[in-house]
Amino acid sequence: MIDKVIPLIYLAAAASFILALKWLSAVHTARRGVIVGVVGMALAVGGTLLRPEIVSYRWIAVAFVLGTIIGVPMAMMPMTAVPQRTALSHAFGALAAALVGTAEFYLRTPKIDSFTMSALTLEVLLGFLTFTASLMAFGKLQDILPTRPITYRGQNVVNLVLLGLAVLAGVMLVASPARTWLFPVFGTFALAFGVLLIIPIGGADMPTVISLLNSYAGLSACAMGFVLDNRLLIIAGALDGSSGLILSIIMCRAMNRSFANVLFGAFGQVQASSALTEERIVRNATPEEAAPILASARLVIVVPGYGMAVAQAQHKVRELFDTLTKLGVEVKFAIHPVAGRMPGHMNVLLAEADIPYDRLVEMDEVNSDFAQADVALVIGANDVTNPAARHDTTSPIYGMPILDVDKARTVMVIKRSMSPGFAGIDNELYYMDRTLMVFGDAKAVVGNLVKELAAGAATR
Amino acid sequence: MTSDFELSLFVFMLATFLGLEIIRRVSPLLHTPLMSLTNAISAIAVVGSILVAGKQESPLSTVLGTVAVTCSMINIVGGYLITYRMLKMFKKSGAGKR
Repeated sequence: MIDKVIPLIYLAAAASFILALKWLSAVHTARRGVIVGVVGMALAVGGTLLRPEIVSYRWIAVAFVLGTIIGVPMAMMPMTAVPQRTALSHAFGALAAALVGTAEFYLRTPKIDSFTMSALTLEVLLGFLTFTASLMAFGKLQDILPTRPITYRGQNVVNLVLLGLAVLAGVMLVASPARTWLFPVFGTFALAFGVLLIIPIGGADMPTVISLLNSYAGLSACAMGFVLDNRLLIIAGALDGSSGLILSIIMCRAMNRSFANVLFGAFGQVQASSALTEERIVRNATPEEAAPILASARLVIVVPGYGMAVAQAQHKVRELFDTLTKLGVEVKFAIHPVAGRMPGHMNVLLAEADIPYDRLVEMDEVNSDFAQADVALVIGANDVTNPAARHDTTSPIYGMPILDVDKARTVMVIKRSMSPGFAGIDNELYYMDRTLMVFGDAKAVVGNLVKELAAGAATR
Repeated sequence: MTSDFELSLFVFMLATFLGLEIIRRVSPLLHTPLMSLTNAISAIAVVGSILVAGKQESPLSTVLGTVAVTCSMINIVGGYLITYRMLKMFKKSGAGKR
């Protein structure tokens, strides 16, 4: 009896996951999406616990408690830490899939047909490589590891050889699953490849890499579905896999780069060493000088970047938004797809600071507004505003879609120093006649701007 | 190839295309919650983990299964909670401040 019901429970779970993602498409239905997602997961877990194969619940219960104890604090992290939290959870998801694959291998070998073994190999390969790669990404995002790409001669050759060895070991295992000695070797290759894959990748490429790892973690769960002959896993894994794929394609397009270039290009390393250090004149301004320009503007477009996240300036930016709005200034936020360290990073930070989401405008939509803007206020963004991407064919970022900040009447840039951005390229925006550089920590500068604006409003 | 395996491949193919169509419609505004939600959903690996941990066929598989259930549970609890938390932050203009 229960054998007939469980597939139906799984079917309902799969439908719930599809609805969850469908409802996530718009803000007003998104929360409903999360709830139906929880329902789907509860059905999946409940249905599995009912299965007759399960003889003991002791360790499952222990794991549930442990997982909850660790999971709740991971959900309470501040929004600035969301990229590293996401990387860490990709690591957990991938590890789970890899471990299940490993356990299944030792339980079933050598009585395992080659199709199942192929799926199992894929599950373990993707699982282990995503596990270490995600841990590395976490380390870089958390600043435990250097964020700059680390490169050495023959790096790509070493990586490809290692991947080749892992695949070869996998193929040999498929050919004869009785070679149990080969399995740990195979696993080690996969783990090592994950580490080496992320070493040459720099901070600014993290949005693409995190999306790609998201996809791999999903595909690993999907492969597990083939091993266990469970279509719920296949559907949920495929949904996750395609989501990560779409996000990584969007991120690549937003940087005008290919997957291969992100993974093997070690962006920012070569350019950094050859960057020109020619002295050019910039106009700088104090917050006292900048405030009146903002106060007299009709439209101000704020361009936030990773620097705003680092300085934790989002709450001060909200105060600036409130103050300017009170003065009758229209304020919009221009969001570049790769601003920050993961897709949508700036949106959650600004939403956390209570900035209404209808003020957050995507690149394609906002670019036509810059010509009408009195002030474009760049806070901690760099390469995504560099006009060189439009016309300088020698620039490493040539062809990358950018925010047309330079078309605004006045450009204000809040920046810590003149040091070049991630790509190590000088930003010609800073040397324009219409550009005012306001040097200092983003949080402090925005705070001072708010103070000056409030004082100015009081004396008026 | 067994017919079961073949059917599974069809399910995979259809689910991938469906996923691509659904995800393409998600507003870029919500890309971070999207990633945390898909992360929670991919914790569906919990199904396989529970089976391995609960079958108790060998000490090794029980240990691996238990670790896998823990990892999946972290993502289920953490993933859904943080997605909900993020989505609660998205407010429209004029919708009363905190």
